[in-house]
Amino acid sequence: MNQLLTFIRKEFLHVLRDRKTLLILFGLPIVQILLFGFALTNEVRNANIAIIDDAHDEASRSIIGMIAASRSFHAHALPGGHSSIDETFRSSGVKLIVLFPANFNTDLMHTQRARVQIIADASDPNTASTLTTYVSAIIADYQKARVQTTSLPYTISTNVRMLYNPQLKGAPNFVPGVMALVLMLVCVMMTSIAIVREKELGTMEILLVSPFKPMLVIVAKVVPYLLLSLVNVASILVLSVYVLDLPVQGSVVLLVAVSTVFIITSLALGLLISTITNSQQTAMLFSMMGMLLPTTLFSGFMFPIENMPLPLQIISNVVPARWYYIIVKSVMIKGLGFTAIWRELLVLVGMTGLLIVISLRKFKVRLA
Amino acid sequence: MHDVVIRTQELSKHFGAFVAVDKISFDVPAGEIFGFLGANGAGKTTAMRMLSGLSRPTSGAATVAGFDVFTQPEEIKRTIGYMSQKFSLYEDLTVRENITFFGGIYGLSDSAIKEKSDLLIEQLGLQGEVKKLVGSLPLGWKQKLAFSVAMIHDPKIVFLDEPTGGVDPLTRRQFWELIYAAADRGVTIFVTTHYMDEAEYCHRVSIMVDGAIKALDTPRDLKQTYQAPTMDAVFYHLARGAQRSAD
Repeated sequence: MNQLLTFIRKEFLHVLRDRKTLLILFGLPIVQILLFGFALTNEVRNANIAIIDDAHDEASRSIIGMIAASRSFHAHALPGGHSSIDETFRSSGVKLIVLFPANFNTDLMHTQRARVQIIADASDPNTASTLTTYVSAIIADYQKARVQTTSLPYTISTNVRMLYNPQLKGAPNFVPGVMALVLMLVCVMMTSIAIVREKELGTMEILLVSPFKPMLVIVAKVVPYLLLSLVNVASILVLSVYVLDLPVQGSVVLLVAVSTVFIITSLALGLLISTITNSQQTAMLFSMMGMLLPTTLFSGFMFPIENMPLPLQIISNVVPARWYYIIVKSVMIKGLGFTAIWRELLVLVGMTGLLIVISLRKFKVRLA
Repeated sequence: MHDVVIRTQELSKHFGAFVAVDKISFDVPAGEIFGFLGANGAGKTTAMRMLSGLSRPTSGAATVAGFDVFTQPEEIKRTIGYMSQKFSLYEDLTVRENITFFGGIYGLSDSAIKEKSDLLIEQLGLQGEVKKLVGSLPLGWKQKLAFSVAMIHDPKIVFLDEPTGGVDPLTRRQFWELIYAAADRGVTIFVTTHYMDEAEYCHRVSIMVDGAIKALDTPRDLKQTYQAPTMDAVFYHLARGAQRSAD
């Protein structure tokens, strides 16, 4: 036991001595959370849109007022008229133009059929469809308000509720994703490098000729990164609660427990990489290509898995981050308990067990 | 005659069809400096790994400090020290941290480690460098420190795998003074080397060619037997018949 503590202390010294690693270790989660929280977001805010109002009547002005009040847009009137539409899209940063034809209100009152044209810059399809949805929603709101005052005989009013995330914020989606990404990256890369470094420097041989058990070498290598990763989990959660206003809906204990399982999965992966590589650079390359890429692509937080072709959906099943992502979302955002996540957790635990068995077998006890 | 601390009988190691070590037999008495020579790929490192409990022999028999290499590798590990050709301390730890770590993994108590490291630092004259990172020390000092660290648990036998690679002759000389001092205390030194001047420093020298021991005697008798003026010439005479190329 004393021997193990000596070893763990040494591992901590390695980590603490290496300022660059330390910066990556603790800077990465903070930078990622802040980046995703404030810069890389799918939410549309302050989009430049232009309005051509040929009607200048009560209805068009009301709608324009509602659009202008929305935080999503930065609206301004386009004085040049129809001929300038193409030019506006090409030269200014305008993403969408709303066009009210003349006699808008009159049409609405007398023919009960009024038209509004929405023209969007679809070179960025996501933004275009988000913006048109927003504008349509505002117009629908206005219509609903009018219907209530005039009372038509038949109306279907849709009552939409956005569960778990009523404001459609981006954070509930990416915080679990960032957690998966950061833990994967830190654990896999750091452990594989920490073990391979001993091989590269020749100190592994010294350790193996010592009476120190090879199994304990692995334990000692893994423990510091397990602890440091838990610190990372804590800092991500603190940031998301206090900076991004995203409270943990479910049990924090369950969340930390599940994260610990995922950290162990990642550590086992790192161990596996260290057994098949002999230099720190190869280990790093393996970790980056083999872990980072599939984790971003197949965990589901950047690209919905349901939208992928079937073969890719099947591949995504072997990516541990995919299961962790589902679990974190369930616990953290939906506030679900153990009964809702046990299947995913079982998959994760199974993967971890398999990885540990394979990597321990590969870890050569005797160098023969 | 001292007690025999290393005894091998027809010890062999096969990797598939390749015979890395071919039936080597020799005895090493306590306190001897035993030189283990051979060209690259001759099987020195494999032989040394078998004796230090790292690699399981294919056939034959061997005991190290009275322990069987087949059945008691863990006991062997406790009684031997080891220093490899690659420099074997942690460069990003300080002198004292390295000593503490290696003392620790050999199971020394905290007070024993403290005592040992004070003694060791004093012997090596490293008082001023205790808090410096090992990476900042000159190579000669690192090597002396590595040797002392390999001796921290008072092993009966020390295996040195090309310990002086890349070191200038003067530092090599100083390093050998450490080795002699250890041998005088009764520690058996098992050393592989490429430098023939170092072979002259050994009490007895064995020369391995293609996995087998071709000659084993004192440097003086070897030179006489092969009518050669230097160990260099003896080695050349024996090794030029080698079939294996260096790997």
